[in-house]
Amino acid sequence: MEKILMKGNEAVAEAAMRAGCRLYFAYPITPQSELIEYMAKVMPKVGGTFLQAESEVAAINMVYGAAGSGKRVMTSSSSPGISLKQEGISYIAGAELPAVIVNVQRGGPGLGDIQPSQADYFQATKGGGHGDYRLIVLAPSSVQEFADMASEAFDLADKYRNPVLILADGMLGQMMEPVEFKPIMTQEEIDELGKQHTSWCICPNADGDAKHHHEINSLELDPSVLEKHVLQMYEKYAVIEKNEQRSEIFNVSDDNEVLCVAFGTASRIVKSAINELKKEGKSVGLVRPIRVWPYPYAAVAAAIGPKVKQVYVFELNTGQMLDDVKIAVCGKAPVNFWGKVGGIVFTPAEIQAKLEACF
Amino acid sequence: MTTEMICAGFGGQGVLTIGKFIAKAGMQEGRNVSWLPSYGPEMRGGTANVSTVVSDDPIASPIVSYPDVLVALNQPSLDKFAPSVRKGGVIILNTSMCPHGCQRDDVEIVAAPLSDIAVEIGNTMVLNMLAIGIVIGKTNLIKYETMEEDLTSFLKAKNPDLLEMNLKAIKRGMEIGKEHG
Repeated sequence: MEKILMKGNEAVAEAAMRAGCRLYFAYPITPQSELIEYMAKVMPKVGGTFLQAESEVAAINMVYGAAGSGKRVMTSSSSPGISLKQEGISYIAGAELPAVIVNVQRGGPGLGDIQPSQADYFQATKGGGHGDYRLIVLAPSSVQEFADMASEAFDLADKYRNPVLILADGMLGQMMEPVEFKPIMTQEEIDELGKQHTSWCICPNADGDAKHHHEINSLELDPSVLEKHVLQMYEKYAVIEKNEQRSEIFNVSDDNEVLCVAFGTASRIVKSAINELKKEGKSVGLVRPIRVWPYPYAAVAAAIGPKVKQVYVFELNTGQMLDDVKIAVCGKAPVNFWGKVGGIVFTPAEIQAKLEACF
Repeated sequence: MTTEMICAGFGGQGVLTIGKFIAKAGMQEGRNVSWLPSYGPEMRGGTANVSTVVSDDPIASPIVSYPDVLVALNQPSLDKFAPSVRKGGVIILNTSMCPHGCQRDDVEIVAAPLSDIAVEIGNTMVLNMLAIGIVIGKTNLIKYETMEEDLTSFLKAKNPDLLEMNLKAIKRGMEIGKEHG
């Protein structure tokens, strides 16, 4: 298929539709609004349901209900809106339902501003809502990857019966890059996907037994039953941690004197700085977590070369991923951090200057 | 080879469209491209700008620190971005709206009254096509033929007169770009 020049917000919406998403509920917010606009246009065309809810809380609860049908369902928002959705996300995780949530992050806290930010890392990876649960969190760094992660997110959500969050930001949402899409899933393929959920979902009975029914609930007042449920979820998370870590290494070699760790938009800018430093004969590597939960601790640890004097973390926040990097590095090298906040994005020149000071 | 470009001007001058057409043409010519707009409240009546990168290699940062090419359609945009243009780079400036000009002597400057020329051609709206023409004439970043094909594909049936005017503006821009070559 030929490449199309598209905004990240539009590309992820198109890709979600192609991956079989026919149920989408959301409430508009900048810098994510092109996504909901695109869904408003595309869902009716493919026989899907687009609904602009009265609020973010309503939208996530619509997702909760629709996910109970075992169909592919999605919502999206930006930081303050994602905060509003947290109760529903906790319920969806507790009820073990597959759903996809997109967060096109903006500056916070509070209403903040509408510029790109990575300040929702803690919220995305360390809970956000209440209770012992985890989200699988995908962190795209290009429009193509943002689009590809739509189908990846649905596959993971279906596989583990767990909500999956795509953690993008205003820059990825607003920028245009060429993107190539997978073919549109046929109705037969979508129906086939739904069959994997017939053992638990609220759907017409496969066995024709009218008395046969399923219950979906996140309330369990018997502590011993709830304990069993939570521990069983934690066994699932252990499997995810074992199988689903993803990261990219860039310019990592035994010559590296500095190893950078950055995700999403920030990693793009760090790559530019690394390319410039290469011209000066300075060797800097980068580990980019492609998924930030489960976190690729082993990949970060493995990338620390023999000459590395320092690990440098760059984020568009005050150091939220820093803790995870420190866990990975485990004292093998000093860990430094620099970030920009409030919706201000650092430039390649600024990162280059920070890295040059390490030599 | 990588060319990093910033286009800036008042909201409504079509600067985002300059970047978009160049990115799209670059993509159609098989290169890697990125297009990153400024967005937000500052665009209302204020200045708008867009970073466009066209490269043979995968594009790392879509944010441009030091542009190779700057298209400045008004004085505030020129003042903001001219100091960061790479040595030996190109500044295309619209003298109709940049009364104070540019003081850099280590870059190539293509200065012309673009707003006035656009009106001469027939419509102030073709200002951005004129600027694209200068980029083509001066830098060969993209091919005229790609632009012509792209514009023809969506304007020919809808509005052939507008297509003619746009192509005329690009060609005029190319002449201006070549004169300064």
